[in-house]
Amino acid sequence: MAVTTIAGSEVQVDDEGFMTEYDEWNEEIAAALAANIGIELGDSHWQVIKFLREDYKEQGETPMLRRVSNVGGVSTKELFQLFPKKPAKKMSYIAGVPKPQGCV
Amino acid sequence: MTTAKEAPSVIPDFGDDDTDRKICFIASKGTLDMVYPSLVMANAALGEGIETHIFFTFWGMDIITKKHMEDLQFTWLGNTAMHPPGKKMHMPQGLAGLPFMTGMATKMMKKQIADLDVPEVPEFVQMIADAGGHLWACKMSVDMMGLTKDDMIDEVEDIISATDFIELSDGAQVIFT
Repeated sequence: MAVTTIAGSEVQVDDEGFMTEYDEWNEEIAAALAANIGIELGDSHWQVIKFLREDYKEQGETPMLRRVSNVGGVSTKELFQLFPKKPAKKMSYIAGVPKPQGCV
Repeated sequence: MTTAKEAPSVIPDFGDDDTDRKICFIASKGTLDMVYPSLVMANAALGEGIETHIFFTFWGMDIITKKHMEDLQFTWLGNTAMHPPGKKMHMPQGLAGLPFMTGMATKMMKKQIADLDVPEVPEFVQMIADAGGHLWACKMSVDMMGLTKDDMIDEVEDIISATDFIELSDGAQVIFT
């Protein structure tokens, strides 16, 4: 656990660089995190990120891809285009929520 | 006087550029409990950015055959490990052979899978295809069962021979289920 500065804010991150405090997140941080991994956020990215944050708050866990697709309304195909190769990890990194824990 | 210790910004290593890893699953079973292992693992591999193939053969053909994919069954006949969830007792083998028992056991297992928010087989196969998974049908099985490509879902890329599969899986980790 360490403190670092992202987009001018002090935030706590774990060893891998994922944020650990839900409330320290803001949109500027998200844009900076996305830029870190080569993603420029468009409207569809924001739709996913906002869903992840709302769903995490309600459910207490990060949704898996299937839930993002079925409940969040962004198809699996699109998720792989928006967050190439490792969508589940990348979207949770940008949204400031933990990596999803489930199998499917 | 103390100052907060500040770490340099760490960026997760998503390993995008070094994934030459490739996984091929051989799905040879058509019982409900035996189709999930390859589907779950293939889906997980795709989520990790790994090139993933599934080769469907013998009873595994039912997973991609339109007529059967929605209707895979489970029985504990021959499975001595079967016990009701959380119970120490084993289910008597003879009971599994009674009429309607396969239907009941299938219904129970489907409910348990649904409770975990894991999709049924047709949706799962679609998810894997959408995630970029490659689906292949086995030529010998197709010939044996008198199937054509029209009997299978469109996402199946081709009907291929054993030799084709061996070529295709060059350098891959191959997992038989």
